[in-house]
Amino acid sequence: MHIEIDKDVCIGAGQCALTAPGVFTQDDDGYSTLIPGHEDGARDPMVREAARACPVSAIKVTEPAG
Amino acid sequence: MTELTDITGPATPAEHPVAFPQDRTCPYHPPTGYQPLRDGRALSRATLFDGREVWLVTAHATARALLADGRLSTDRNRPDFPMPTARFAAVRDRRVALLGVDDPVHQRQRRMMIPSFTLKRATALRPTIQRIVDGLLDAMIEQGPPAELVSAFALPVPSMVICGLLGVPYADHEFFEEQSRRLLRGPSAADTQQARERLEAYLGDLIDRKARQAEPGDGVLDDLVHEQLREGALDRAELLSLAVILLVAGHETTANMISLGTYTLLQHPDRLAELHADPALLPAAVDELMRMLSIAEGMLRVALEDIEIAGTTIRAGEGVLFATSVINRDASLYDDPDALDFHRPARHHVAFGFGIHQCLGQNLARAELEIALGTLLRRLPGLRLAAPAEEIPFKPGDTIQGMLELPVTW
Repeated sequence: MHIEIDKDVCIGAGQCALTAPGVFTQDDDGYSTLIPGHEDGARDPMVREAARACPVSAIKVTEPAG
Repeated sequence: MTELTDITGPATPAEHPVAFPQDRTCPYHPPTGYQPLRDGRALSRATLFDGREVWLVTAHATARALLADGRLSTDRNRPDFPMPTARFAAVRDRRVALLGVDDPVHQRQRRMMIPSFTLKRATALRPTIQRIVDGLLDAMIEQGPPAELVSAFALPVPSMVICGLLGVPYADHEFFEEQSRRLLRGPSAADTQQARERLEAYLGDLIDRKARQAEPGDGVLDDLVHEQLREGALDRAELLSLAVILLVAGHETTANMISLGTYTLLQHPDRLAELHADPALLPAAVDELMRMLSIAEGMLRVALEDIEIAGTTIRAGEGVLFATSVINRDASLYDDPDALDFHRPARHHVAFGFGIHQCLGQNLARAELEIALGTLLRRLPGLRLAAPAEEIPFKPGDTIQGMLELPVTW
């Protein structure tokens, strides 16, 4: 799983960190960031839910082809 | 008006526009007058107090799409901005930080604020919130039943929390709570205008005093004064506007959720028993109450361009309002939407809004509600209404929804 966070769009609502706290957190400035070691989504079923919860669609989740 | 008459489509019913906003019949259900809007339609026409017709959004998917659409403006000083009440229209200078500005101004203001309102920051505040909640309940218990829960608990909890966070002296709470009340539902337009002026004078003085302090305090306002104001990233007027919205939004909304949330739980004894048996349901219960109660009814926007949506064209210059209570009961998303159900996935409600203006304080609000409601139920397990439920007064439809008073005993 590939997760991209657009920090230019992020408003720091923290919905990703609330929904999938094993994968997302907020950095010191409040922006969404991936937890080191879990950048691939850590097989967390809530990652897609977290992307949907983002109020500004700053998170893109893609599955690598194949 | 005439340019609208040729718009037809599934989202544009031929019937008369509904009046908006309307009073609720039951404080936790949408007004019965909105019932015709609950047939799956995306948009309806509504009439405001001044006779203006606007679009009223009632479907969840459409609401999310429009709330995230940069072609809708929230700039309240635009001459075509819809006015929901005479009180709102009366405020001469409607400049409001965050909620009332579009990007890029909004983005600059929001980015200054987000480090203070992260999930981590809200989590770190939990012990402080717990102490505040316990202190107020200690006082209630010592005094003994009955109690008026709005003044003894629902209002002071968020008021004390936001004072501590912002660096506003809680000793002044009676003053700013009174001005906030008049700002949001004063008896007249002049009263609202005066309340805003008084609140601005009070916070302006507080900001000036903070600016003179050699050693800054540890509140958010202290940070803004000593960092953003000094560096020129903010001027005094903008800082004042931020201070007003943070203080007012920081206590009124949460107070209403505590009072109306408690009333709603007491009216649903099975759900209450469920929470007593399993306090781990609390986070889900808070979001489900947010969905069901939808206390911030009628978010406001104006279209900057023509927008094609749900088979309809919203024309540039038209007002767009969001019927939160109807949106959050969209039957295509929520099964049995009128039921209080802590096991449903309620999280995608729009009670905190959506898009760039989604509530800055939502993580703090969730922490406050979990701790306030959870501790109230745990420490007063026999809590019940001290008056017939239908006789307890609640707020009119033209403001944030909540209980005016809540007599309880235990």
